[in-house]
Amino acid sequence: MKVVLTGASGLLARIVARKLVAHGHDVIGIDVRPWPEAPDGVDMHTVDIRKRAAEDVFRTTRPSAVIHMGTVTHLLQKSEDRYRINLGGTRAVWDHCHAYKVEQAIFIGRHTYYGAAPDSPLYHTEEEPPSGATQFPELADLVAADLYAGSALWRYPEIVTTVLRVCYTLGPSHHGTLATFLSPSRIPLVLGFDPLFQFLHEDDAAEAIVVALEKKARGVFNVSGPPPLPLSVIAHAAGKRTLPVPERLFRALLGRFGLPGLPQGAVDHIKYPIVIDSMRFKKTIGFRYEFDAEATIESYSAASSSGSARSTST
Amino acid sequence: MSLASALLGPVTIGREVRERVDRLELPFSRFGVDNYGISKKHLTYWFTLLGVLYKEYFRVKAYGTEHIPRRGRAMLIGNHSGGIAIDGAMVIASCLFELEPPRLAQGMVEKFLNRMPMASLWFNRVGQLTGLPENALHLLEDDRILMVFPEGARGTAKLYWERTSLVQFGSGFMRLALQTKTPIIPFGFIGGGDAFPTVFNAVELGKRLGAPYVPVSAYLLPLPLPVQLAVHYGEPMRFEGTGNEDDATIEHKVNEVKTRIAELIEHGERQRAGFLALPGRT
Repeated sequence: MKVVLTGASGLLARIVARKLVAHGHDVIGIDVRPWPEAPDGVDMHTVDIRKRAAEDVFRTTRPSAVIHMGTVTHLLQKSEDRYRINLGGTRAVWDHCHAYKVEQAIFIGRHTYYGAAPDSPLYHTEEEPPSGATQFPELADLVAADLYAGSALWRYPEIVTTVLRVCYTLGPSHHGTLATFLSPSRIPLVLGFDPLFQFLHEDDAAEAIVVALEKKARGVFNVSGPPPLPLSVIAHAAGKRTLPVPERLFRALLGRFGLPGLPQGAVDHIKYPIVIDSMRFKKTIGFRYEFDAEATIESYSAASSSGSARSTST
Repeated sequence: MSLASALLGPVTIGREVRERVDRLELPFSRFGVDNYGISKKHLTYWFTLLGVLYKEYFRVKAYGTEHIPRRGRAMLIGNHSGGIAIDGAMVIASCLFELEPPRLAQGMVEKFLNRMPMASLWFNRVGQLTGLPENALHLLEDDRILMVFPEGARGTAKLYWERTSLVQFGSGFMRLALQTKTPIIPFGFIGGGDAFPTVFNAVELGKRLGAPYVPVSAYLLPLPLPVQLAVHYGEPMRFEGTGNEDDATIEHKVNEVKTRIAELIEHGERQRAGFLALPGRT
């Protein structure tokens, strides 16, 4: 199958690209960031998904599926830029899919869509509305992009649209929110809170995306792996020590004295859990994760962090 | 109670708790945590404290525990008795200490507690989740024991002279029971109102602390008296339906449960009066 992969130079997307090639698919990568060492079977186009050149990739290659991973999650990026890239990019992907008769389009969203709140259910199902953006405005663009992609289910019924809300990933690449949060030797916690965190090995996350493609699953799906664990348990299993800090101090010191440079809204994500119920994905797709929590944390700890990308993302 | 037994009590209880927590049929991972974040380590500390209260301080008598299923989903539905949730804690303790195999009853905690540091952490680690229909449904579908006080915060607000009465019942538990085909085990909790005789609910103070109100006891201290408590479980009640019935139908079924609980309370109070009247017993 000819598959366009947007955001192909991202660390998780690279794993997806390799997996697609291994499954015998032809990958057409689109990303403004180059990927010089892209393996055989990946045809990279260093273009912006919102620009004419990206449309030309669709026109000339005529893909049968698109996996849209080209969203910006860096909280350090200006909000307006993120909004433009994330919403404009998502719109462009589905418009091109419609114009060039692409059969399937997959949006890779995040479980942070549901938000972390003291009065929200422990297990979130796909039917729940997003509450993430109210306390955490920096998430608004990703929530909007998720809903926009989902609206393609009725706007373009001829396209098999799949929205995957994937939990945090962890693994040797040291990529992603949880990996970044776990990188210091002392992990700051908000005193008196120890939320459950759900994570999936990055290889399993990539596998889930590829399986969703091959099974042509239409609809919205939560994607998670092993049962969640308290943040302190994850930190200790990764060989780190925890440092509980009273909330007021925690908020006042964000970005200083070794505390992560997070927006105020992110503090709720260290106080309350975001746990998703992925039963629908397991039943519809038959997805089974390979790495349990212990093996996932081990693979993260064992990998040298040197040279790995560090980012502050949602 | 001699000094030696007072000191040895918690040690013996701690040993029993460890053994019983080990036998809980919950899917603990290698990290000792289940899929709701319930932690064996936290359960052990918490149940040791509850055990001292259950066995030594309140000397709780549990009757009819044979009505609680050994496995599978069930709902424990009862009255609130006492202003500071001793009732819930002792019902949970009775399920660990009296059932074979021991079981963990999971209550529905008031939302404001999840905002409080420490309270949030501990309630979540011992399986007492925030009171939301989605959480209740998930637990029942996972074949857990759910403990619900349909009187809600109105029930813990009962004053001393109202202690054996029942206030209005919410109906959410009945819709959930019908939807998930869960047997209801009614219970009457006796003595909580004597252990913590609320004479006044401080609403303003509560608001400042982020709670609906703070119950104030007759002797001002927020500590319960060492009064003997009892819990009477009744036979399982099974209701037919889908959970989508109109309010009047649901209300009728809720009243059946409420009546049964009132009977259990009456029976319990009578038994207690007789028990207290026995010569040489106080």
